[in-house]
Amino acid sequence: MLILGEGRGRLALSGASLVLLAAIPWLGNAYYTSLAIVIGIHTLVTVGLCLLMGYTGQVSLGQAAFYGVGAFASGILSATYGVSPWLAMMLAALATGGLAYLTGYPIFRLRGNYLAMGTLGFGIIVYIMFVELDEYTGGPSGLSGIPPLSIGGFAFDSDLKYYYLVWAFCLLGLLTAQNIVRSRIGRALRAIHGSEMAAESLGIDISEFKVKVFVLSAVYASVAGSLYAHYTTFISPQPFGMNFSVELVVMVVIGGLASIWGAIFGAAAITVLGELLHGFGELDVIVFGLVLILVMVTMPEGLVRGVLDGLGRGRGKDRERSRRWWWRYLRLGA
Amino acid sequence: MPTPARIPSFTSRRSPLLITAFLFLLLSSLAAGLVGCSAAGKVEPYKIGGLFAVTGFNSPLGTPEKETALMLEDQINKAGGINGRPIKLIIYDTESDETKAVNLAKKLIEQDQVLAIVGPSSTGESLALVDTVEKAQVPLLSCAASAQIVQPVRKWVFKTPQSDSLAVGEIYDYLKAKSLTKVALLTSSGGFGTTGKKALETAAAQAGVSIVASESFGDKDTDMTVQLTKIKGSDAQALIVWGTNPGPAIIAKNMKQLGMSLPVFQSHGIANRKFIELAGDAANGVIFPAGKLLVASSLPDSDPQKSVLTKYAADFQAKYNKNADTFGGHAYDAIMLLKKAIEKAGGDRAKIRDAIENTQGFVGIGGTFNFSAADHNGLGKGSFTMVKIVNGEWTKEQ
Amino acid sequence: MPLEQLVQYLVSGLTLGSVYAIVALGFTIIFSVTGIINFAQGEFVMLGGMLSYWLLRGVGLPLLYACLLTVLVVSMVGVALERLAIRPARRAPIVSLIIITIGASILIRGVAGQLWGKDAVALPAFSGEAPVDVLGARIAPQSLWVLGIGAAAMVGLHVLLSYTMLGKALRACAINRRAASIVGIDPQAMSLFSFALSAGLGAAGGIVVSPLAMMSCDSGAMLGVKGFAAAAIGGFGSQLGAVGGGLLLGVLEALGAGYLSSSYKDAIALVVLFIVLFVRAHGASGERA
Repeated sequence: MLILGEGRGRLALSGASLVLLAAIPWLGNAYYTSLAIVIGIHTLVTVGLCLLMGYTGQVSLGQAAFYGVGAFASGILSATYGVSPWLAMMLAALATGGLAYLTGYPIFRLRGNYLAMGTLGFGIIVYIMFVELDEYTGGPSGLSGIPPLSIGGFAFDSDLKYYYLVWAFCLLGLLTAQNIVRSRIGRALRAIHGSEMAAESLGIDISEFKVKVFVLSAVYASVAGSLYAHYTTFISPQPFGMNFSVELVVMVVIGGLASIWGAIFGAAAITVLGELLHGFGELDVIVFGLVLILVMVTMPEGLVRGVLDGLGRGRGKDRERSRRWWWRYLRLGA
Repeated sequence: MPTPARIPSFTSRRSPLLITAFLFLLLSSLAAGLVGCSAAGKVEPYKIGGLFAVTGFNSPLGTPEKETALMLEDQINKAGGINGRPIKLIIYDTESDETKAVNLAKKLIEQDQVLAIVGPSSTGESLALVDTVEKAQVPLLSCAASAQIVQPVRKWVFKTPQSDSLAVGEIYDYLKAKSLTKVALLTSSGGFGTTGKKALETAAAQAGVSIVASESFGDKDTDMTVQLTKIKGSDAQALIVWGTNPGPAIIAKNMKQLGMSLPVFQSHGIANRKFIELAGDAANGVIFPAGKLLVASSLPDSDPQKSVLTKYAADFQAKYNKNADTFGGHAYDAIMLLKKAIEKAGGDRAKIRDAIENTQGFVGIGGTFNFSAADHNGLGKGSFTMVKIVNGEWTKEQ
Repeated sequence: MPLEQLVQYLVSGLTLGSVYAIVALGFTIIFSVTGIINFAQGEFVMLGGMLSYWLLRGVGLPLLYACLLTVLVVSMVGVALERLAIRPARRAPIVSLIIITIGASILIRGVAGQLWGKDAVALPAFSGEAPVDVLGARIAPQSLWVLGIGAAAMVGLHVLLSYTMLGKALRACAINRRAASIVGIDPQAMSLFSFALSAGLGAAGGIVVSPLAMMSCDSGAMLGVKGFAAAAIGGFGSQLGAVGGGLLLGVLEALGAGYLSSSYKDAIALVVLFIVLFVRAHGASGERA
């Protein structure tokens, strides 16, 4: 059915894509490499959020909080306390995961819009913490002097090296997510998404699973945040506020809620869109809003699905399926 | 009964990596295409980069900075450019976002090949760029206020605005002269407010001032009567407010509403017409340190800055039909400093940097600049003057 | 002295809270009729404040006409939003609709920024600035206007919904869209009307609070978030809840700033909000009023 074959054909294709990915820094100039690094970092967070939103069927508007905790924890540990960056990154992931675990249970007691509000509020509270705990975070003036990641004597301190590091993490994250989706856990989660009551009657502990996905998404965000911190070597609370949380949700939806690989696309699209809009000068914000609306109206399932459907590769049943999904979602939202 | 739903499948068999890589490439080449065509003119212009927060929460700073920069580009080119060569300003909007600021800086450096960068507008954005410009060895003239940007001194980073520590010094000197020793602070929780608060706290002991109350407000808050009520209940003899519009205007109004007669001092963040417009009657009586731009007309003719200030104010008014303000002034200073440096050093980044560092006695909007290897701000005590608002006008306060 | 302080805090809190309440009412109306959370709600408030200022100062209309015209125009903006962005996507997943309203809020903010610049503006106070004395606390007369408009909005809505055909049709849609269309109510028209009503209400709120709070083109975001929080406290389908939630949020913020810490006041208010939400989550969600 779609594009190109199966089995060995697919393998060859994936191989070709990987070569293409590896070649990107050599194709454009250094500016594009730095853009690609940011896209990679954003993709990592987006994948985690995609797992969360796609599976629990709920919107999380506070993901930037975990991204920020990962960045600050890693940054503070390595810059202020001299901990090795890799260790700092792992500790940060642990801390973020722990935070998600603790807040997950109470937050998932809520549903639908209340959950959205809960996550939004959580994000705001964490942001306030970043700003106010300035003995540790440096407050709005930020934290500088964060050491770059290094293995042995080899430091990842140039854009070229960092590109490969970030995308290695990215691919790892994507493959892990893909595995989870296809595993027993994935099936359980889809059952929950289908009908919580039915899932429960089958013996699946719903809150347990939801919290687990929450923690997983938090770890993804944390690792991405740490990568960000060790890349820019200076962080302030500004990138970790509500605006970025909303941007992340947009990335997930644009890429397609049902698509893990769409996360790359969503992250790339939003970032590159900002670039493309520079041509519009002062009107860029207006055009951004307009584009967002138009894309969502014409391709509500996300760009990946929309483009492919447009190319005639979509299955007829998909339209049926999507309508049902919306209908069900409306009920579930209550 | 809800129909059994089919969940969109995660196990699609498409070749996602291929699609995404291809589309990413497509999009980026599109971007390249739009940006690519740079001027292959007859005379190669001097390219200067500008990073201003034209949108986002720092836009009140970035907009006048960009406007001033464009105005100066025009003026310089009409006068024949620098040593006969025109200048070309390449300005990007950082959207008050640090990550974007870093990326755009890289773009200016790698893609547009600028000689130097003017901006960004805020402390956070500037600090984020430090590593990038140091590594790429490109001079940066920041238009942001915090002393942190040039302390510790970094080889390639300069800034044109006066430091908040200077403003604090002026206020404390004034308080000492009036024998007011107990102060209450009301500072914004944003970058400007927090650095101001730190400066106030650091300098307090030495100035013989004790801080008896310290409250904060958010930049987007709409009512500060609660904080003011608390301060009213303390034994403060004066109130120092540190923030940028509209917060301080709301505070002024709230104070009037609560009937507070405490002498109030504000920061240079309110050094524009907007404050008076917003606060109305409540603005009267407020004292604050300001760049001399605000009282340019009442300066004695012997003041070296007077002619530069009045010309800038008049030009800006003529071109944009609104008042010039000190933020635009920071961009003015940056660009004119750069102009002088390029005049001396030509199109070489390292030489331009050296020229800036050796600039002495440059009369600008923010003050008279004297740079050195240890001082990359170049401004000292005389750059601020105490101003009092009387009947909706700024008057020099002795 | 402490009592006066408390009264002052309460009054400040109630003033703040009324604004949040008005925004929350807007969220509630649209949500109960269409099921959508309209993230552009805060922008309607912002438009109210900014457009009225421009009509007053830029065009030179008298205050009353400027206000009325503003409410009308912003209602039309709400209609445009529904017609052009929401209706074409009505079959989309809820998440996509939310993104659409987010896109709309970005768009509106951008247009406002282009038209009126980035500076803050404030309407003149409606009845002067001489503070009013209440139990030792001093209130700006404009606060009374805000409280008044908030109360009027609540009463007006109640009358509309309970005693008019239109109101009953709206409620029918809120309870069950399909059933409503079966009895001849056009849910699309109701959806349109709910957007117009919310937008106009938001604009009224923006107008009346602008002399106190001052509006700039990005004021909408914070207001939207706080209104959303207020609507959440009250239960998304209930008007009374929205107003109660708004007032509660405002008072919590004021008391938190006054007795605990002004730096953390937003965090404090949110934490209390969470507690309220969790306590209520044990029972029904109480949305469809």
